[in-house]
Amino acid sequence: MIGRLLLLLAALAPVPAAAETIAIVNARILTMGPAGEIASGTVLIEGGRIRAVGAGVAPPPGARIVEGRGGILVPGFIQADSTLGAVEVSQVPVTADRAASAAAISAALDMSQGLNPDSILLPVARLAGITRAVVTPLYADRAGRQLLFAGQAAVIDLGQRPDMVTRPRVAMVLEMGEGGAERAGGARAAAFAAVRAALEDTLFYARNRALYERGAGRALSLSRLDLEALLPVAEGRMPLIVRVERASDIVEMIAFARAYGLRIILDGATEGWRVAGEIAAAGIPVLVDPYANLPHSFAELGARLDNAARLHAAGVTVVLKAGSGVAHRARELRYGAGNAVAHGMPYAAALAALTINPARVFGLADRVGSIEPGREADLVLWSGDPLEPLSQPRAIFVRGVEQPLTSRPLQLRDRYVTHSAEPN
Amino acid sequence: MRARAALALACAAALASCAGPARQGAAPAPAAAPPPLRAGLDPATDADPFPSTYRPVAGESLAIVGATILTGTGAAIENGTLLIADGRIQAVGAGLGIPDGYRRIDATGRWVTPGIIDAHSHLGVWGQPDSIDARNDVNELTDPNTAQVWAENSLWPQDPGFDLAREAGVTTMMLLPGSGNLFGGRTVTVRNVPAITAQAMEFPGAPQGVKIACGENPLRTYGGRGRSPSTRMGNVAGYRRAWIDAADYVRRWDAWRAGSRVADPPRRDLALDTLAGVLRGELLVQNHCYRSDEMAIMIDIAREFGFRIRTFHHANEAYKIAPLLAREGICVATWTNWWGYKMEVFDAIEENAAMVHAAGGCAIIHSDDAVLIQHLNQEAAAALSAGRRAGLQISEGQAIRWITANPARALGIERETGTLEPGKRGDVVLWTANPFSIYALADRVWIDGVPVFSRGEPASRHRSDFLLGQPGQEARP
Repeated sequence: MIGRLLLLLAALAPVPAAAETIAIVNARILTMGPAGEIASGTVLIEGGRIRAVGAGVAPPPGARIVEGRGGILVPGFIQADSTLGAVEVSQVPVTADRAASAAAISAALDMSQGLNPDSILLPVARLAGITRAVVTPLYADRAGRQLLFAGQAAVIDLGQRPDMVTRPRVAMVLEMGEGGAERAGGARAAAFAAVRAALEDTLFYARNRALYERGAGRALSLSRLDLEALLPVAEGRMPLIVRVERASDIVEMIAFARAYGLRIILDGATEGWRVAGEIAAAGIPVLVDPYANLPHSFAELGARLDNAARLHAAGVTVVLKAGSGVAHRARELRYGAGNAVAHGMPYAAALAALTINPARVFGLADRVGSIEPGREADLVLWSGDPLEPLSQPRAIFVRGVEQPLTSRPLQLRDRYVTHSAEPN
Repeated sequence: MRARAALALACAAALASCAGPARQGAAPAPAAAPPPLRAGLDPATDADPFPSTYRPVAGESLAIVGATILTGTGAAIENGTLLIADGRIQAVGAGLGIPDGYRRIDATGRWVTPGIIDAHSHLGVWGQPDSIDARNDVNELTDPNTAQVWAENSLWPQDPGFDLAREAGVTTMMLLPGSGNLFGGRTVTVRNVPAITAQAMEFPGAPQGVKIACGENPLRTYGGRGRSPSTRMGNVAGYRRAWIDAADYVRRWDAWRAGSRVADPPRRDLALDTLAGVLRGELLVQNHCYRSDEMAIMIDIAREFGFRIRTFHHANEAYKIAPLLAREGICVATWTNWWGYKMEVFDAIEENAAMVHAAGGCAIIHSDDAVLIQHLNQEAAAALSAGRRAGLQISEGQAIRWITANPARALGIERETGTLEPGKRGDVVLWTANPFSIYALADRVWIDGVPVFSRGEPASRHRSDFLLGQPGQEARP
């Protein structure tokens, strides 16, 4: 009965199309853009983009009306530091394309390739209001493996389209601190030496390609593919995501980046609050896990729940994330942001840390992250405050296409829910 | 309590074996009787070799007034009053008078719940910094059956995770050995109080459990070493062999006790002691088991050997057999958001707890994690939200039971804690807001009526010895 009803509903549902003109009306709109908050307004979507937003926007004739019913409309969230599209079952290696341990592929690992738009994880994350994700490589550590760089991150959309990559190669990923030390031979200083060598070799290679092709020049520490991949980093064109936790590691990394002309994004930075002023002064954004308050290692003894709030208060651009390389648990992103608010981060700042901030940090602010004319229409209409677990999305749009509110776990639910609810 | 229960059983079997401390100084036994076994050699007199030393200090009499009280019985009392004295709940209701001698705490606009209980934690057993091998005492991965090990013997009370969990309202938790073995060892239930020894945390009278693990973890651990189990059928053979051994062990001890005791007593075996404790109904079975088909097999094994399973832990497919689990009276301790990290958890859904609840079962949200234990109310809120999305009508008064009354039942301490009913321990959390809101914080926490945390008073924040003098601690509020 329910199955038949669902089929019927599916048949009645409008055919999603990027060209569809849609007006979302009577919603409280948190634009995260110049229009600020609109108590009750309309967003007009045309050709997959936002055409207009405001209280006085009239839907054109023929537009499909989505009734907001007083719900809250926000930009789709951008999940930083995820492996969405690159994994189905974490502990089944053939389903996980998150890392490589090949000797010649370190910086050259490009996460924009080999992604799976049919991943059942994408609808699950989407139901948590996430419409884009920064897919970041992880390290495949093996005994004796000296893997310096994890590879390059890509931004994807969660619309489950074959061309899911919004922008490839948005950043290079490097772990320093304890992890970097381990891979470089056991000391933090060795990691700095190894990165220095990699950067200098990259620049040498770039200046002496002809020499390299002849097999001449000097021995280089990385493969040709890695050197090519590192060049934009060494030249300060591609940001380098550096995972560090300890306050002193952060300060040292900032100085290193300045000395080598690198653009860095700090990742983790659990002790960042202790050096928030230095981070802010250097204009470096930070990816923060708002749940990280445990001393997991000797580099994280100062971990605390108000790290994000304190960094924000110091003027740092904060991007909130949910764990490292998160995929299945991506849906906890909004809860994490709620926790950041509970521990002192202003609400608007927390919402920015899920939307416009990651868009800016990864160079996408002209396309996503806010509700303003011209932006791609990544929008989520919530039943209430999107950071509250008791709120659920009522409608989700990716690039102007309304997404079904379904997922494989919800199909499992529907298969069993009436059966389980039978009285004993 | 568990020592006393075991002694009573032993005394019922044969009076002469009751040579516990209570009988010291009594007249010497008649010369004909064989000397009693030394306590450590006789499982009946040595049921609790590491007894609880936890004694709450006398707390003051408190009246918490004006809050919305979720009592853990299913009720939600608006503008309620909660009276606590002598460490116990005295009364709860709307419009109660405040007796003389009670200190009034104004909780207008805030929320009160029973202390949060985590049915599945490894705090202290795998303490922080948990990236360091020396802190990992959770899995005795040397044999598929290590029923002889006790989590309380790995418990490091200085784990900073205890303090953070307390500041999140967690007053009681069960600490378990890991899931790498078929039989992982004995569990211990603790009060979340600052302590120097494990014994000073042990919940007085709480029964121990035995950790049993289904599925991928044991077979991966031992299959990889060319040992059994390497398959699920190997797992099942391993459980059944162990129960046969345990029944034999119980028989041998019973026969020796029933006889003249002149013959050599059976040799005490700590692993079989644990399993025998289950067969005698003294230890609770705490079963890590994800898949519905495996849970059904474990239920049949329990029937085959005559014991009961108290709780399936993780149990992400419980929703597929929710009526069966409700009929069997087996609790389901699960998550909302964890899924997909291995094959046996591929079918996990957010609605698991709500569907178990809707089928009339005992649903629990647990943590198994030092971060999540600090957010159990939020995980329960996500489970509640998913349930409502599925059309299940569940009140917040009912859902709070998933992290209070129901875990108390799973741990066998439901007569002591888990609800705010007169006579129960004064384990109470005063929240800044509705605990199902992401913005709610545990503002004040009491254990046995003793204040253990107050957000506005930095001095009330206990810090473990480990963090003392460490960077970043000096600036804590």
